[in-house]
Amino acid sequence: MLGDIGYITLVAAFAVAVYAVVVSIYGNWKNDWRWIESARNASLVILGLVTLACLLLVTALLQGDFSLDYVWRVSSREMPTYLKVTALWGGQAGSLLFWNLILAVFTATAMAHKWHNEHERHLLPHALAVATVTQVFFLGLTAFVENPFTRLAFTPADGNGLNPLLRHPGMIIHPPMLYLGFTGLTIPYAFAMAALITGKLDEGWIRITRRWTLAGWLFLSLGLILGGRWAYDVLGWGGYWDWDPVENASLMPWLAGTAFLHSVMIQEKRNMFKMWNMFLIILTYCLMIYGTFIVRSGVISSVHSFAQSAVGPLFFGFIALMFAFSAYWLIRRRDELASENRLDSLLSREAAFLLNNFVILAILGATFWGTNLPIVSELVTGEKITVGSPFYEQVNGPLFAVLLLLMGVAPLTMWYRTSTQRLGIMMRWPALAALVLVAILFFLGIGTWGSLLGLWIVMFAAIITLLEFWRGTAARMRSKGEPVWVAYANLLARNRRRYGGYWIHVGVIVMAFGIIGTEFFQQEIQINLNQGESVELGDYRMTFNGVRQYAGPDDLIITEASADLYHNEQYVKTLYPRTEFYTRSGQPMSIPAARSTIGEDFYVLLILWEQTSSASAVFRIYLNPLINWVWAGGFIFVLGTMIAAWPDPVDKKVAAASERRRHPSLAAGD
Amino acid sequence: MNRIGYTEMHRGGAETPGEVRQTNLPIHSVNLRLILRVSPSHLFKLLLLPLALLWAGGQVHAQQPVNAVTDNEVNEVARDIYCPVCENVPLDVCPTQACADWRSIVRQQLAEGQTKEEIIDYFAVRYGEQIRSAPPRYGVFRFFWLIPILGVGLAAIFFGRYFWQLQKRPSTSKQPDVTAVAKEDYLAQVEKELGKK
Repeated sequence: MLGDIGYITLVAAFAVAVYAVVVSIYGNWKNDWRWIESARNASLVILGLVTLACLLLVTALLQGDFSLDYVWRVSSREMPTYLKVTALWGGQAGSLLFWNLILAVFTATAMAHKWHNEHERHLLPHALAVATVTQVFFLGLTAFVENPFTRLAFTPADGNGLNPLLRHPGMIIHPPMLYLGFTGLTIPYAFAMAALITGKLDEGWIRITRRWTLAGWLFLSLGLILGGRWAYDVLGWGGYWDWDPVENASLMPWLAGTAFLHSVMIQEKRNMFKMWNMFLIILTYCLMIYGTFIVRSGVISSVHSFAQSAVGPLFFGFIALMFAFSAYWLIRRRDELASENRLDSLLSREAAFLLNNFVILAILGATFWGTNLPIVSELVTGEKITVGSPFYEQVNGPLFAVLLLLMGVAPLTMWYRTSTQRLGIMMRWPALAALVLVAILFFLGIGTWGSLLGLWIVMFAAIITLLEFWRGTAARMRSKGEPVWVAYANLLARNRRRYGGYWIHVGVIVMAFGIIGTEFFQQEIQINLNQGESVELGDYRMTFNGVRQYAGPDDLIITEASADLYHNEQYVKTLYPRTEFYTRSGQPMSIPAARSTIGEDFYVLLILWEQTSSASAVFRIYLNPLINWVWAGGFIFVLGTMIAAWPDPVDKKVAAASERRRHPSLAAGD
Repeated sequence: MNRIGYTEMHRGGAETPGEVRQTNLPIHSVNLRLILRVSPSHLFKLLLLPLALLWAGGQVHAQQPVNAVTDNEVNEVARDIYCPVCENVPLDVCPTQACADWRSIVRQQLAEGQTKEEIIDYFAVRYGEQIRSAPPRYGVFRFFWLIPILGVGLAAIFFGRYFWQLQKRPSTSKQPDVTAVAKEDYLAQVEKELGKK
């Protein structure tokens, strides 16, 4: 019964979405606001129906209605309640439904405001049509291809249970963050297309689009960081990023969004590169759909193959359609999108942003190439190849170094032009200070040439970024006579976008320290220990105490080792690395134990494939220097993005004044 | 320890190549699911595995004991090998029986004095280029490495020309004024400071 109602709800949502697209296009064509209002109301009905469908599926999961194929696949009676709820996005069909819910929320939110604003009012109907086309596609997939309410021929007594890899607290929040990021990027695309269709290409669409892109980008960043943390905690290989196709699928739209968020500033300040910005937004959207295609189609095999299904050709067709649609409007409006200004100097802020765009797109291109290389190779040579991290590290590594260097130099450049002499003087002391620090490390015997070069770049960027904060604070202290902390707080509060952006740079710098630490200085050992035996790694010594085995929740059997850890011969804690075996699915997992400090992680795994007993066990131990800097940097990064995205009251006033200047007939509050 | 079907077996160092190692229930289950997923060509390659193991076993008697090869040395090679079945999971962290057998071959070949490259080539010849962690650098595969480098180079030329053309274009903007982009007086001061130095 639940399943039938759920399916009817889904089909109804699809029908309403089709209606919304048709009437919004018709209303725009005839300039009849009654139809447009109807389409807008339809977007709220879609939200209601998709919410209902999600609630019905969650109810079925909680009740254990195993007559539904999806419920049988991803849940079981013994699963804890919170996992039954999160099983909504634990499989293909449910996650597509959840995706629809988030897209419906975003579309309804974007359409719920600013209809009173004469300037944005013209964009909204077209944006609604474009966003709803995306919704139609995903609802169509959910209702007719990957229906989560499909019934089984019989009702099994119990379900399979959720994929063990997904039974982790990180998985509660990681997928929703990624979905929020992906679907959030639909809205800026919708507004960009609306601007192209209407020909209203002034700063109106840029203002809306930038804010929405920042929101989508923030969620995507969170999703990427949480995904890394999940991999570190659950996948049991001592790392957090492995250039897996599905990881790349999330990274690529993030990179395109990063390029847009930088280059959009050139359009705002100099009214240049409108075409380029439009292209970047279209690229971000297409990569978002492409990323979903990779995850959902299983076209490129990966560890995320749980999401494989036959939806590939449909996705491919939709990407082609949306790309052709976007390209048509981009070409048609090319004259209106031409830059009004010239680039005054190759040494300027705008040139630095463009160079930043170039490097980001180079990384994006190389990642796209590597991700698709297995298919290309199969087509060209008839032989499938693996494109693992060595390829990306060699191709993207130098590009990331250049990007970090640019991140250091760009804040020193000025709009219009900067003289070489001036830039040289500005860079001289930070470069020298970073060199001294690296030289100290060199004489202490720390690091290889590669790692020292990386550390120099990161320190150089760090010093310049911190100096930027100091310059702003000092200037405010002088001009306003404020004490240092008040001056700094006001600097941040009144220039959120600029200094929020610098905080994002600080986050990247801290993460870069962590990445260099783990990439260049990681130590690893695998050893068989008998009870009472010890192993040494770095300043640590670990003594194996023994093993116990016990039943966990649901169908889980846990084999847990106990080992005492000493740092410089001082006892610090007892570690409990364990293997988990899910009897129903037959899937084993190795869950690490770690001693975490700001300097390093002592990270221990119990080897899955070796025999473990009280007498002996095989451990793999990693010493991961600065790993926690990656997570700390991620936290700062997200904080910086929130500061930058926070609505600026000063901006609002300026915008309102500018609005009044453009439309003097509009009364206040319109 | 036998509650879940684990066979108690003291490991006592490395496995002997050629020996069919006793396995536990979960690993069998995983293998079955993975084998069901493989294509016929991969299955054929896997069928060659026992022959390879027999070959390795035949060689062992003339060589130094495999126990002399440490797990760390095996992992150093195994991290750059991917079996055709467990896609995107390197050999050093893959829990399947097939990969355990491959690690035994790596250990054996290390004991025989083979280098990392020779061992990887050995697997590539038998199971295809897919076992390498990155595209090889010969024949047509070389282009897979060259294309991104050439692409970045060409894009750099295109970008350079574009920059240059933008510079040549007549400007319709006002004269550069750094203070125009500053929102508040103290920021103007920052901009001025940047300008002065």
